[in-house]
Amino acid sequence: MSATTIPSRPSLRGIRWRPVSNFFSGLTRLATFSILALLAILLSTILVNGLPGLSFRFISTIPKKDFFEPGSAAVLPMIVGTTVRVFVMTLFVIPIGVITAIYLTEYAASSSLYTRVIRAAVNNLAGVPSIVFGLFGVGFFINFIGRGFDSLTHQAGPQLGQPCLLWASMTLAVMTLPVVIVATEESLKSILPGLREASLALGATKLQTIIRVVLPNALTGILTGGILAISRAAGEVAPILFTGVAYYMRDLPKSPTDQFMDLGYHIYVLSTQSPNIDQTKPVLYATVLVLLVLTFSLNGIGILARARLRRSGRSDS
Amino acid sequence: MSSPPSPYPSAVPLPGPIIETRNLQLWYGTTPALRGVSLSIQEKVVTALIGPSGCGKSTLLRCFNRMNDLIDRVRIDGECLIGGENIYAPEIDVIELRKRVGMVFQRSNPFPKSIFENVAYGCRLQGLKDRHELHSIVERSLRGAGLWDEVKDRLHESALSLSGGQQQRLCIARAIAIQPEIILMDEPASALDPMATARVEELILELKRDYSIVIVTHNMQQASRISDYTAFFYLGELIEYNETNRIFTNPEKKRTEDYVTGRFG
Repeated sequence: MSATTIPSRPSLRGIRWRPVSNFFSGLTRLATFSILALLAILLSTILVNGLPGLSFRFISTIPKKDFFEPGSAAVLPMIVGTTVRVFVMTLFVIPIGVITAIYLTEYAASSSLYTRVIRAAVNNLAGVPSIVFGLFGVGFFINFIGRGFDSLTHQAGPQLGQPCLLWASMTLAVMTLPVVIVATEESLKSILPGLREASLALGATKLQTIIRVVLPNALTGILTGGILAISRAAGEVAPILFTGVAYYMRDLPKSPTDQFMDLGYHIYVLSTQSPNIDQTKPVLYATVLVLLVLTFSLNGIGILARARLRRSGRSDS
Repeated sequence: MSSPPSPYPSAVPLPGPIIETRNLQLWYGTTPALRGVSLSIQEKVVTALIGPSGCGKSTLLRCFNRMNDLIDRVRIDGECLIGGENIYAPEIDVIELRKRVGMVFQRSNPFPKSIFENVAYGCRLQGLKDRHELHSIVERSLRGAGLWDEVKDRLHESALSLSGGQQQRLCIARAIAIQPEIILMDEPASALDPMATARVEELILELKRDYSIVIVTHNMQQASRISDYTAFFYLGELIEYNETNRIFTNPEKKRTEDYVTGRFG
């Protein structure tokens, strides 16, 4: 390149004002800040208003009288109900989701029409409103499967053909299935193909390869899917509305066929059914605080498990 | 059964080929990758497959342990006999085949497990649980791969903590742990530095006492240093197959000569 083609250039010194660029970087900062501010306002409001209503009695007893009134309100059955329904859900959603993801990545021919239909179905499932899952749960689990079982076993009254913990959890499992499938699939895809080949070349069957090489390397991804599913399910009310939640129960649920009380639903009840809103307000805030803490701790368990796994995965099998 | 060197350089007259292909053809979808390859590979020698990229040499290598089965839309025609049996016959068990025909890949691919567990993997698959027996197999295999002295004090550390060359020798140890008859090597040293490459080459020369080795390589010097026989491929066809020094000093075909002297490829 000859020197004559280069025009005279401005000095390197002096920082120039570039309005569009500066405006945009300012915008990104503002967006980030407003999210932080929203979160701070939300959490501080809940903390300030919720903490006074919180006590050991509040989280450790079953309300026997009026649960709208601060003196007798308590949330133990709701904590138990929400926790149990989330755990029962993971019992269903993790195995089914993981096995589906294994099928899609390891067995199905990736280009076939059938596989593409399954993928599209999974993606559409993720977009279905949660109240629709609630109605599906009533129609499929309670009316079809539950009543079907009842009539087969000639029960006098409905045993499985009624809303209960089991059906609510399974409805939630159906709802969170796409999350687990997608997260597991991503982690399966990110495994180096060389590892599968290495295993097969040593005379491993496909199943041995999946169990010994593929799944151990996908565990963190599977746990991520589980965490996402729990986060989504813990606060959901719509899917359990018709499938298992109860307005009030004198006792904790004893079996999967019992109904249960739930924190999210209880918040709805407190805020819409109270005879005296001002009196109920501290109870409401305290309940919201408990739901937040519970959701965060359920997530925290998953995140801790994943972190442990990552650490141990690095050294030995 | 070791084969004496042939006095007739142009023929391939040795008895008892361990691998034999007869008019082997392979298509990826509608694209032909092997166009009727007929080749006899001898026992306990090193056979190099050379040729420019896309000539089908890796594809052929992967036919020998049916690794091509893993790819969608692969179609194979013709015969490939190992120990006299057509491995593409319907009654052949691929799992058993792969126990007899081991493979070392271009990119070293140790499992993210300990060094010990990597080598023990093949035996564990076959249900071996005895700790002592596993340990002696691991030691024997690591010694066989010239890696024992370097790793004997850290068998339970992650295999990923090894250097690239050590990882590749670990993969060789893993392959010989289940005592295959044949070891296929797909450019095993192409990702290694010259020192590590030299170690792997020495190792290959030692391994041929016990194993039949088929190696794909892009490196002409490597083929001439370590192989006894060389097969030159071009566009899916076997152009020339002979003793290595014949291929490199006095090839019969013009195209072979152009390739090995670096005029094309």
